[in-house]
Amino acid sequence: MSIDISQFHQTFFEESLEGLDIMESGLLSLDCGTVDTETINAIFRAAHSIKGGSATFGFTQVAEFTHAMETLLDEMREGKRQVTQESVEVLLRAVDCLREMIAAQRDGGSMDEQLAAQVQGEMEALLGKTGGDDPIDVSGNTSGTPAEADKACRTWLIDFRPHPDLLQTGNDPALLFRELATMGDLEVEVDDAALPPFPEFDAEQCHLKWRLKLTTTAGEDAIREIFEWVEDVCDLEITALSPSPPADAGPHEIRTDPPGQEPPFEGPGEGPGKAQRPPAAKKPRPTESGSIRVSIDKIDHLINMVGELVITQSMMGNLDGGFEDFDINRLEQLREGLALLERNTRELQESVMRIRMLPISFVFSRFPRMVHDLSQKLGKKINLVLSGEQTELDKTVMEKIGDPLVHLIRNAIDHGIEPPEQRIAAGKPETGTVHLNAYHKGGNIVIEINDDGAGFNKEKILAKARERGLVEKDAQLSDDRIYDLIFQPGFSTADTVSDVSGRGVGMDVVRRNIRELGGNIEISSREGEGTTFTIRLPLTLAILDGQLVRIGSETFIVPLVSIVESLQIRAENVNSIAGRTEVYKLRDEYIPVLRTHDIFQVEGGPAHIEDGLLVVIEGDGHKAGLLVDDLLGQQQVVIKSLETNFQRVCGISGATILGDGTVALILDVEGLVQLSRRPADEGPGPRQRAVA
Amino acid sequence: MSDAAELVELDINKDSDSDTSQFLTFILGSEEYGVDILQVQEIKGWDRVTPIPNTPDYIKGVINLRGAIVPIIDLRQRFNLESISYDATTVVIVLKVPAEDKERTIGIVVDAVSDVYNISASDMKPPPDFGDIDIDFVKGLATVSGKMVIILNIDRLLNESIMPDMDSRSE
Repeated sequence: MSIDISQFHQTFFEESLEGLDIMESGLLSLDCGTVDTETINAIFRAAHSIKGGSATFGFTQVAEFTHAMETLLDEMREGKRQVTQESVEVLLRAVDCLREMIAAQRDGGSMDEQLAAQVQGEMEALLGKTGGDDPIDVSGNTSGTPAEADKACRTWLIDFRPHPDLLQTGNDPALLFRELATMGDLEVEVDDAALPPFPEFDAEQCHLKWRLKLTTTAGEDAIREIFEWVEDVCDLEITALSPSPPADAGPHEIRTDPPGQEPPFEGPGEGPGKAQRPPAAKKPRPTESGSIRVSIDKIDHLINMVGELVITQSMMGNLDGGFEDFDINRLEQLREGLALLERNTRELQESVMRIRMLPISFVFSRFPRMVHDLSQKLGKKINLVLSGEQTELDKTVMEKIGDPLVHLIRNAIDHGIEPPEQRIAAGKPETGTVHLNAYHKGGNIVIEINDDGAGFNKEKILAKARERGLVEKDAQLSDDRIYDLIFQPGFSTADTVSDVSGRGVGMDVVRRNIRELGGNIEISSREGEGTTFTIRLPLTLAILDGQLVRIGSETFIVPLVSIVESLQIRAENVNSIAGRTEVYKLRDEYIPVLRTHDIFQVEGGPAHIEDGLLVVIEGDGHKAGLLVDDLLGQQQVVIKSLETNFQRVCGISGATILGDGTVALILDVEGLVQLSRRPADEGPGPRQRAVA
Repeated sequence: MSDAAELVELDINKDSDSDTSQFLTFILGSEEYGVDILQVQEIKGWDRVTPIPNTPDYIKGVINLRGAIVPIIDLRQRFNLESISYDATTVVIVLKVPAEDKERTIGIVVDAVSDVYNISASDMKPPPDFGDIDIDFVKGLATVSGKMVIILNIDRLLNESIMPDMDSRSE
């Protein structure tokens, strides 16, 4: 009877990837030359966990690879090795490589073996041993590795008496021994005296004891560390013997496996691997699982809320005692109960939403590495400053904002920050600064990317735009309009196309992604001083404040944030252009009027335009007026996707369920504004119908 | 509606061979149609829907099915049959339909739910080739106690009903 260990694989992958992130950020913060023990220890621990886990799960390739990293780190930790730029670079490459390996294992794909071999080679070169003896690939046999003990070798006697439930905790003595064997000359004696007669034998219990003799240069601490994982489930005694190892063979070689014992002593690196690798390969996981790590605090808070809700419910239940003698006091109680219920519901909703919120550091944490690599590649000196990493953001928003941010930062570094000599010539500090900041403002989260580089060259942008025919030859554009040009598809002002940026693919995608999230992006720039991109995003995608409006017989919801104002229509302010497009004179501007009844094919509608109300909406930087029959009320609505069971619908961004259980559609403000700005003859079906 | 539900429950207990499947049948006009009973999520009465603008007429709108937004398709209108007015006995069959990478929940409006039959694959005859496009949605014809039952390829019918022209409309 064996436990299906593959069910823990996902957890291992997640933990390993987290460990790699820790290693990466640790490596980046290492200052060459100085030894920050704390950081190196953190990196070392992460590497050690990955190694331990991968060996347990039979990912021998990962384990071997990590072992080399670990050795390197260990030497740094003990101060035997200088932390050089070179070694940090190699380790960073190793982290990348390892990440790829783990991803390959997870997705059942393959990875670039050559790259792995190359990086491993680099590490071994650093370690000063290029020989092919793979330390972890040591047989469980007692013969051990060729003795490399010419230094101060000591022999340790290790009395290892596991508790019977050792195996149940997922530990495998064979792995421990294999690990010990890498440290030096290992002799293992097994004591099977406690082995019960076969009928009583329980394969999941550990009945064996071991005495190990280890001749090694390592100290007691290093040995204890190997047993770190099993400390709680064994009795361990480590005593030092005389430096000369007495060599008497034990009564049992380690290979004398007791019958029925789980086979821990199979060939090196083959036992666990054989059992687990095939299922992992069979089940490719092409997409990342949608799991989320939630702090206990949030869960506790949620449980509290549910508790209160239950109390309120039972309080309301008590009121039910016979309505025939209903008196006014009860009405009061009922009202109180309802108020309580309302509060509970809102708080519950808030705490549930908070579960989806993660600190933005999840996104920010990848940037130090990226900036490090880019600055090396481009020969620029860049200091990345992060602030507001604890700002919380909805997980869905977070997943989608990562790529746009990467793009903006790459741009800032490639185009924004000048090469050092140019900076010095311009009287700026040699090192450029890119500042990434996040904070809450109103119902939005604001992310700023600021660089102190060259700023936008307006003339150059304009010239390019004219060249491409995007603007008229002699048109005068405001700064905003000029900056807006860089979001045009295919627009790039870079003189040379590098593999970092300059192909003009991207800024339009960046803006589209941000808009899909219901946010917007603004630019402010001063030539010679730098550029700031400001991204505004809604905190969450799942709930919005809505204005309920009546259009004909139907109720629709307009996102409150998009409404500029609502007004009564004065007939004299309504004009038409070419007899088709209606515009409304709102103070000193003309805004297009959308006849929503026609767009949404709703029966009814005001007979005269002045009977209706005009809801002025703004999306995409432009305004439009929605002609509605009535404003009904405001409420928070939970957004439900129409696409789950249906299709995307033009002019509709989603649906929600109103208090009476009916469905109401949420208007897509951006889409409607775009519709209003489209020439009538290019409009989609419904609009043609509307103007016909 | 409750009668229909009872019926379903009773007949489900009938033992069936491995190659026979159970089909829930419903009435449209004078015709009897069948769908695989494993795809039926529930049967409910007609309730007010919220119309969706710019969709074909046979898409009546969406309803709130315990928090999920579920589209409702009128099968009479879909098949270009004469439409009848809805009343308290009008029935909506809620079906689960596999789409490319997910599962859609869609309701269909029918005249009435009829019966549950065990029909083996060998009893199912291929539909004759009328050259009519709607015939694509017929999986086969089966005869149950002298009556013809049209077994629908409901996955295809509903997925294609939702898709047509929608892409060109939405962009």
